[in-house]
Amino acid sequence: MWMFTVPFWMLTVQIMSAEQMIRAESLRRTFKAGRKTIEAVRDVSFDVAAGELVALLGPNGAGKSTTLRMLTTLLPPTAGSVHIAGFEAAREPRRVREAIGYVGQKNSSGENHRIRDELVTQGRCYGLRARDARRRADEVLESLGISGLAARTPGTLSGGQRRRVDIALGLVHSPRVLFLDEPSAGLDPRSRAGLWEQIQLLRREYGITILLTTHYLDEADQMAERIVIVDRGEVIANGTADALKADLAGDWMRVTTSDAGAARAAAGLAGRMTGISEIAIDGSTVHARIAAADAALPGYLRLLDQDSITVTRAGVRRPSLDDVFINLTGRRLEESGDAHETTADQPIGATHA
Amino acid sequence: MPDRLRDTATIFFREITPELRSPVSMFFTMGQPLLFLVLFGSMLVGADANLGAGTGDVWQWFVPGILVMMCLMGPLSAGHSMLSELNGGQLERLLVTPISRTSIIFGRTGKDTVTLFVQAILITAVAVPLGMELHLPGALATMGLLIVMAVGLSALSYVLAIASRPSGNLFWIVTQMLIFPIMLLSGILLPIDAGPGWLGTIAAINPITYVVDAARALFTGNLLEATVLHGLLAATAIAVIGLTLSTRAMKRGI
Repeated sequence: MWMFTVPFWMLTVQIMSAEQMIRAESLRRTFKAGRKTIEAVRDVSFDVAAGELVALLGPNGAGKSTTLRMLTTLLPPTAGSVHIAGFEAAREPRRVREAIGYVGQKNSSGENHRIRDELVTQGRCYGLRARDARRRADEVLESLGISGLAARTPGTLSGGQRRRVDIALGLVHSPRVLFLDEPSAGLDPRSRAGLWEQIQLLRREYGITILLTTHYLDEADQMAERIVIVDRGEVIANGTADALKADLAGDWMRVTTSDAGAARAAAGLAGRMTGISEIAIDGSTVHARIAAADAALPGYLRLLDQDSITVTRAGVRRPSLDDVFINLTGRRLEESGDAHETTADQPIGATHA
Repeated sequence: MPDRLRDTATIFFREITPELRSPVSMFFTMGQPLLFLVLFGSMLVGADANLGAGTGDVWQWFVPGILVMMCLMGPLSAGHSMLSELNGGQLERLLVTPISRTSIIFGRTGKDTVTLFVQAILITAVAVPLGMELHLPGALATMGLLIVMAVGLSALSYVLAIASRPSGNLFWIVTQMLIFPIMLLSGILLPIDAGPGWLGTIAAINPITYVVDAARALFTGNLLEATVLHGLLAATAIAVIGLTLSTRAMKRGI
C-alpha cells in the first residue's frame, strides 16, 4: 500500500507547470431550463501558456462564453477544474480574480457613470489605493487613446468607443491574463482593426496572456497563435491555424474537364497520385485534396495531358478555418464573417470518389 | 473585516457619485411622494378629516406616512437599476474582481439609505411652510426608524431584482401588485380605523402598518409609546430579513 501514501496534490503540482497560465480540465456545465437539463459545456480541456494568444472559435451556442465564465470564476463548473496562474479557481477564487481581467460581451460601464469614475471604481475593486486607481485610470485611458472620453457617460459613445472603455476596465489593474468575450462583435471593420491593434500592443508591451472567443474566422486565423475549436460543448480541435488546416483540411486542386466521363477518368488519375487524401466529382469538375496543392497541380495536369483528357480550367484553393470546421462537423460555422463563400459548389466531403 | 468595509465604501461611492454630480435626479424619484404631500395632503387638511384620537395637527399625521411611502418607492428605482446592471455587463464586471460579494449589496443599500434620508429632510422641509408644526427631535427619531426599514426594503428590492433575471417580469409583477396594496393597507393616506373591520385585520398583518404608526408617534415627539417599540421591531425584522436574503443571494452567486 506504500504507493498510495504519496499525497495526490504532489502529482497535481507536477502536472501544473509554471508556464501554464490557463488550464481548463474536463469542464462541464449544465443548466436547468424547466424540466430539461441543457448541457452548455460537455467536456472542455485545454491549456494556455504564459504570453500566448489563443482564440476559442465556434458557432453561437457552442459553449464558448460559458467556458469563459467558468474560467473567470463567474460560474462554478458542474464538473472539472480551472487553474489560472497556478491557482485553482474553486479553492482560491480571490487569487484568480486578482490575476485576471475580463471583458464580457455586454457593456461594462454603468449608464449614469462617467467613464473615468468607473475606471477608478474598478481599480478600487482590485484593491488599488485611491491615488493609484486614479493614476491607472488615466494611464489606461491614455494607452487606449480615449482620454478625451473620461468625463463622458457611455450613452454618448459610439460602439467602438464603448468597446474600448470595456477593455480599459479589464486592464486597469494590469492583469497577467486577459479574457475577452467576443471583443469585436458588432464593430465595423475599422473599429475592429483598431481594436486588434490595441490587443497586439498589449501583448508586445506587457506580454499578457490572452484568451478570447470569436466567431469571426478571419480574426482567429490572422490574430491567434493557437485556435481551440469548440462545438456543442466540446473541444474538437486545438492547434495553430496552419496546423489545423494542414491536418484537418488540406489544400484542394480543382480541375474542370470537358464532360462528366472525362471527369471520372481524371478522378481515377488523381487517385493514383501519392498524397491525395480525398477526391470528389461535381459534374465535369474534379476536386482532389492534397498537401501543397500548388506544387502538385502541374504534375496532375501533365498526367491528364498524357491521357489526353482536356482540361478547361484548373486551380487550387487553400483551406480556410471554415473548411477545418466543416471537416470536423460536416457543418459550416454560422455567421462566419463576411469574406467567405457560402455557395455549395465545393466538395463538402459528401461525394467521396 | 477592513477589506469588506473598504469594498462597501467603494460601491457606495460608485453609486452616490452620479447623484452628487447631478442632484436633480434625486428630485425625480421623490416626485410621487411630493405630489401626494402637496396635493393629497392639502385636501386632507381642507377636508378636516377625523384621523382618530390623540392626533393633533393633520400635517403631523400625514407627513410621516409620506416618508414611509418614499421608503417604499425609493427602493423600486434602486432595484430597477440593479436589474439593468445585472442584465447589462456592469455587475458582472464587478463580480469578476476580488471585491467582497456582500459589499455590493451593502454599498448600494447604504447609498439608497442616504438618498432617502436627504429626501426625507426635503419632504419635511416642504411640509413646514404648508403649515406643519415641526417637532425636531421627533422628526429625527422618525428618520432613524425609517432608515432601519429602508435598509431592509432596499436589500429586498435587490433580492427581487436578482430573482427576476433575466426578463425582469417578476420584479414588475411583484412591485406593481404589492406596493399599492401595502401602501393603502398601512394607513399611509387615510386612517385604517375609518375602514371596515376586515380591512383592519389585513392591516394588522402588514408590518408597514406598525412602522407607520410608530413614525407618527415619534414625529409628534412621543418617543416612549408602545407603538414605537412595535414599529421598531417591525422595521428591524424587515432589515434583518432583507439583509439575510440578499447576502445569501450574493454568496450563492449571480
